[in-house]
Amino acid sequence: MIRLEGVSVTYPGAAEPTLRSVDLNVAEGELCLVVGPTGAGKTTLLRAVCGLVPHFSGGLLEGSVTVAGRDTRTHRPRDLADVVGVVLQDPAQGFVADTVEDELVYAMEQLGLSPGVMRTRVEETLDLLGLVDVRHAPVRDLSGGEQQRVAIGAVLTAHPRILVLDEPTSALDPAAAEDVLAALTRLVHDLGMTVLVAEHRLERVVQYADRIVTVAADGSVRSGPAAQMMRESVVAPPIVELGRIAGWDPLPMSVRDARRSAGPLRGRLLAAVAPVARQAPRLTAQLTASGLHVRYPRSWAVRGVDLEVRGGEVTALMGRNGAGKSSLLWALSGAGRRSAGRVLLADGSDPAALGPAQARRRVALVPQNPLDLLYLSTVGAECRAADSQAGARAGTTAARLTALAGPLDLASHPRDLSEGQRLALVLAIQLSADATVLLLDEPTRGLDYDAKRRLAGLLAQHARAGGAVLLSSHDVEFVAECADRVVVLAGGEVVADGSAREVLTASPTFAPQVAKVLHPIELLTVAQVSAALAVTA
Amino acid sequence: MHPLAWWSWALGLTVAASRTPSVPALGLIVIATLLVATLARGDGPRGRALPGFVVLAAVVVALRLTFYVVVGIKTPGTVVLDLPAVPMPAWAVGVQLFGPVTTAGLGTAAVGGLRLAALVLCVGAAGVLTSAARTLRTLPAALHELGTAVVIAVNVAPALVAAATRVRKAQRLRGLPARGLRAVPATVVPVLNDALEQSLALAASMDSRGFAGTRGRRDARVVPLLLGALLAVAVGLYGVLDPSTPPWSGPGLLALGAACGLLGSVLAGRLVTRTSFRREVWGTQASVVAMAGLGAAVLVTVAGPGPGAVATLGALAVAPLLVSLPRSGRSAA
Repeated sequence: MIRLEGVSVTYPGAAEPTLRSVDLNVAEGELCLVVGPTGAGKTTLLRAVCGLVPHFSGGLLEGSVTVAGRDTRTHRPRDLADVVGVVLQDPAQGFVADTVEDELVYAMEQLGLSPGVMRTRVEETLDLLGLVDVRHAPVRDLSGGEQQRVAIGAVLTAHPRILVLDEPTSALDPAAAEDVLAALTRLVHDLGMTVLVAEHRLERVVQYADRIVTVAADGSVRSGPAAQMMRESVVAPPIVELGRIAGWDPLPMSVRDARRSAGPLRGRLLAAVAPVARQAPRLTAQLTASGLHVRYPRSWAVRGVDLEVRGGEVTALMGRNGAGKSSLLWALSGAGRRSAGRVLLADGSDPAALGPAQARRRVALVPQNPLDLLYLSTVGAECRAADSQAGARAGTTAARLTALAGPLDLASHPRDLSEGQRLALVLAIQLSADATVLLLDEPTRGLDYDAKRRLAGLLAQHARAGGAVLLSSHDVEFVAECADRVVVLAGGEVVADGSAREVLTASPTFAPQVAKVLHPIELLTVAQVSAALAVTA
Repeated sequence: MHPLAWWSWALGLTVAASRTPSVPALGLIVIATLLVATLARGDGPRGRALPGFVVLAAVVVALRLTFYVVVGIKTPGTVVLDLPAVPMPAWAVGVQLFGPVTTAGLGTAAVGGLRLAALVLCVGAAGVLTSAARTLRTLPAALHELGTAVVIAVNVAPALVAAATRVRKAQRLRGLPARGLRAVPATVVPVLNDALEQSLALAASMDSRGFAGTRGRRDARVVPLLLGALLAVAVGLYGVLDPSTPPWSGPGLLALGAACGLLGSVLAGRLVTRTSFRREVWGTQASVVAMAGLGAAVLVTVAGPGPGAVATLGALAVAPLLVSLPRSGRSAA
């Protein structure tokens, strides 16, 4: 169905090719998962399959890409619209129409289908993706999960035989991600569609994949059946790593597989992990919110939240898309809207009353889109500007950046950095005024496993030095790895607040894979399991 | 409801507002437009745009008054505010800076401002009551690409405002000043970068969904015909709106423009393979709304400014409410 022969892609002005002599063959009806570190060329591979590379992006494509029998050399993306459906990163940017129904019919109108056909296909698609209730709603008013499903529906109505998706779940909460993935598997199983999907969070998709394609940092590509590729893959979801430690064969891909072979392991761990009554250490509150309300013209985002952000621990804020996490973080930082309630720092001052320059010496917030903070043309200039704005010694920010991300080319443009490097830069800038309280809004979006591990290490370091960290995240596995405490928000109210172990194991939605497999044993990560096994051995 | 019905109503009122000499009639048109737009609008993002148009109309009136005070021709009459006239150099003949402000002059300026404000509100009401996307879908297939461009522009403007707000908030976190000249590059650079990235993403999405997949060559006669149509319609509209032009010029040129436009779009439409999902249906309600606007325009043209005519005008202007009130809180439009 998709055939790449000796494909190399070199973007204009780039010294090295982004993809290097790729040979790939995806058969009809396969769900093919593309994995690899950020910046390795996953997106380029997907765009080459739908013809956007090179027709839209420019650059040089060697070799040949054949999709459903059509060569992309002679077919432009618009000529492939009836066989390939593409959903690019951030679906909201690709919306053409203003209501859901109009968005769904757009591709069909371009293809010149008759109104009767359109009508039936719209109904089918609304049902298939569970969008009936929002059919007349403006697309911009929908939640992230609904927008993603509309974007998928908008290409499905053209009845493509191939669906290409770039990180379809990266912005979604666990439940919404499940919805989207369930819709995808239905397409593969019921309609025999060929799906090519790139994703960082393997734990979410690996169980559905028939074939895995790995794109290495140098642009070389390998592919094979999912189980075989997972056996030797460097990046693997926790469940596979658990299987490796426990020596399970075949390696489990889903929680269900793993639970069936996990009996003996649970027995060994049960002996090792005695339920000890843990005495929480007395930590000092660095930031205290009481009765915090945030009201927008049409709704309450945060309703009566009492929260202590304590020094020496990493707290994760979880909850659905739209649960009020961002509003809470912004209100705590003093920079966002606050309708009622009090926010006090350890020294008794209110960050909102301090003024920006003073407030950032106590509270640092890393916003969801790190690029919003950056406006200069080189990394070095950003670092120097940060030093002078924070009144820090020259070179402080650059030194911190090196500590976070390794040596970077200070002359490069911030937009050319990978997602992980960008986050490190913004973190270094925001920490340049030595704030004790660090707030992060969805820091893991677009990060690969390696970058997440580095971020977790960094947050732990900040906490060990006595600082307080509060981050919001949808990424259950990341939270399991880095957080000491988890606060769950729903409808703007705190519904759970406790140690990460208690909260994450109590809820099926927020439980990490390891906890699901080992339930009722309260272990969250592979590292904890191997530590416990080391005790028994 | 058919979007063109609302536009006919609004344009009819525009004609009435620009031709009527009566101040009460103008006031009635303003009130009626606001009333209809407020009661019949939907609860989507479009409906929320009405206050913006009201502000714009108020600014127009204020500007008109300011211009009168600063550079207006000062008509004789009861002096309200005796400002000294600033002598102007010889080449600026006919321009008077400041000078005595009179009630008569202020009144004329206020009526002029009110007239402009009424026009703004009429167009604004049509914009609030109809979806730009649906209006453009009623255009002939040949104008589809233009229509898409307008829809995107309409959607991108709020996105840009949102991005600017977001970036300003983020810059404050960095301790940068949120206002003043120094804040400009820090806000503009990320917003423009964002806008460029977004437009590229949108273009990629449209391309891979088959946009502009026309087959065959363009007809060379299409562009001159459409441009000619646009010109004729523009001049014709001026003729209709301004009572001092010869009476044949308005309707005649409008008809000529319509004919050229029709011919051009038929020629262009022959190359397009695109279809349209929803045909807008012109029902009785649409007829009532459109007739109300048309009636107002005709009434002002043929009848004098008597109290009876003014009252009828007001009744016609609010007539759409009879058929368009949303039934269950949600507008069908």
